[in-house]
Amino acid sequence: MAMLEVEDLNVRFYTDDGVVKATNDLSYRIEAGERFGVVGESGAGKSVTSLALMRLIDEPGVIESGEIRFKGQNLLEMNEEEMRSLRGNEIAMIFQDAETALNPSYTVGEQISEAIRYHLDLDEAAARERAIETLESVGIPSAAERYSDYPHEFSGGMQQRVVIAIALSCDPDLIIADEPTTALDVTIEAQILELLEEVATEFDTAIQLITHDLGVVAEFCDRVMVMYAGHPVEMAPVEDVYYNPQHPYTVGLMSSIPRIGDDRDRLQTIPGRMPDLIEMPPGCNFHPRCPYAEESCTRVDPQLVDVETGDPADPINSDAQTAACLAHTGELTGELEYEVTVRGEDDFPGPDGASSSAEVTDR
Amino acid sequence: MSLQRFVLKRGLITIPLLLGISLLTFGMVHAIPGDPIDFITLFTDLDPQTEMEIRAEYGLDQPVYIQYIDWVTSAATGDFGRSIITRDPVIDEIMTRLPYTLVMGIMAFGVTLVTAIPTGVIAAYYRNTKIDQASRVFALLGIAIPNFLLGLLLLLIFASWLDLFPILPPTDQGILSYDMLVYTLLPAITIGTGSTALLMRLMRSSMVEELDKDYVRTARAKGLPERTVVQKHVLRNSLISVVTVAAIQVAFIISGSVVVEIVFSYPGIGRLLVNRVGNRDFPVIQAIVLLIGVAVILANFVADVLYAYLDPRIRY
Repeated sequence: MAMLEVEDLNVRFYTDDGVVKATNDLSYRIEAGERFGVVGESGAGKSVTSLALMRLIDEPGVIESGEIRFKGQNLLEMNEEEMRSLRGNEIAMIFQDAETALNPSYTVGEQISEAIRYHLDLDEAAARERAIETLESVGIPSAAERYSDYPHEFSGGMQQRVVIAIALSCDPDLIIADEPTTALDVTIEAQILELLEEVATEFDTAIQLITHDLGVVAEFCDRVMVMYAGHPVEMAPVEDVYYNPQHPYTVGLMSSIPRIGDDRDRLQTIPGRMPDLIEMPPGCNFHPRCPYAEESCTRVDPQLVDVETGDPADPINSDAQTAACLAHTGELTGELEYEVTVRGEDDFPGPDGASSSAEVTDR
Repeated sequence: MSLQRFVLKRGLITIPLLLGISLLTFGMVHAIPGDPIDFITLFTDLDPQTEMEIRAEYGLDQPVYIQYIDWVTSAATGDFGRSIITRDPVIDEIMTRLPYTLVMGIMAFGVTLVTAIPTGVIAAYYRNTKIDQASRVFALLGIAIPNFLLGLLLLLIFASWLDLFPILPPTDQGILSYDMLVYTLLPAITIGTGSTALLMRLMRSSMVEELDKDYVRTARAKGLPERTVVQKHVLRNSLISVVTVAAIQVAFIISGSVVVEIVFSYPGIGRLLVNRVGNRDFPVIQAIVLLIGVAVILANFVADVLYAYLDPRIRY
């Protein structure tokens, strides 16, 4: 049994305009110590998924059905009290924008140690000591003095380190990092990712990394789930997704990445937009934007299948590469606007030895 | 900057403010039409010699700027001269009435804070429910109703119909007597209602805004109980804007006391002021107006310090 198993999770938002289906029968697992990436465009349901794990979905959202099993216990059956003892303690969260994620009117030290006091039942002095240690472990210089500084006295990168320190403070088994580097510039982003990698290894913490940056995923994750309109379209070990993407959406995402040495004038984009989650297109949700779409795509909602065998895949237990559509290698009909080939690092050695790159040619 | 340095710096700014207030007070009072001599002599015709003597006695023969300097320097030592009407020292006249107004003002402010903040928090937490709507209706009524009307209504209902309070204040018992304190509740509620309504709505909107902020989610994600999230994290940040407006309410409470003291025949300095304005009793008017100005400055000073205490970002 994996540490975290999400099964058929359905989150709905009951708005005045209709019911927003934020996640649809979403299933996946995360092993202890694993680094699991969740990728997709804005509105794919990435953040909703992570908030659902913490049971922090706000009104008018509800977790309608499904199970979230953490160490075998279904979180959705727990009462609020039990859930609270997990939050920040066994499952912690790192938020996107550190500046707003911190309370401006309390010192960073207080914001770290309050969780420690609450979960680990330590007194003021012991909690302070542990908070300072945590601040040190996330690379804040002279942590003891900075303990009593306020968030506005820190730079953006340092604020994000504080947010990470809050998440680490009670030594959780799973950290959900919701686009932890989006608000930061690239050099700081690299530092923060390195830090996350370090602490994840040091404390053997599993990380669910939510991002729309495929480069970050390639660098950081063991396995990756590509989400589209609230459910996975491809789930696989990270190398497979990079070297051999299957689902047309994954292929589209890969080809949208700008690369050094690329002499295209325009960046490749996936035509169209994420569908309205209130009224989703019938059949495969991606078909209106898919260059491979056939008539049957409007009727059948494809499920994840094993890429090797073509058999229906179990999203929780499968280790293999699975995708909801294998069209990219299959036969094509209609007008194809773009073609993607992904080559190994031998062809395009990236600046940091990035493991993959893609080339796109117009037909 | 540390909080102490902020307090010191902010404290120093009050000195020119106080001087400005004294100048304005003095200037405005002297701009009132009517010669105080006429009120002293009850409009009798005087020979110039006597008039000069009386003017000299009250310092009214000096140029205005000399009168101002004399007034400010003696006022700094607590000597506001003697009343033109009663010939008692102004400070004594004020001191016998100030406790009444002070108690009423503090009570009004207390009633305001004690009702406005919790009800605002509740309205915010249960926003867009019946509770919130009820508070909105109350707020609208509270802001709309004039003080004198509310005062008369309270007197009519609680003193005349229900007979829970006497119609006139039991002044003979002294301000700290039980009867007087109970009676003071009526004018205090009258003055405080408008401020309560305003602060309650402000508290609500400020809280609603804060509840949506990311740090609230962070606090919840730490596993803190909802009570701690609201009372520790959200409340403190929502109070920042409320504190500023609450300080301005002190000024409204003071100015409100003038009308309300008359409605309730309450023996405070507000009624004294209105009384003496009619008689051009310059020394008394000046002293009371100055006192009100100082009170407002002090309230703002306290608000700024509280503001800096609550929000570390503004201790610049």
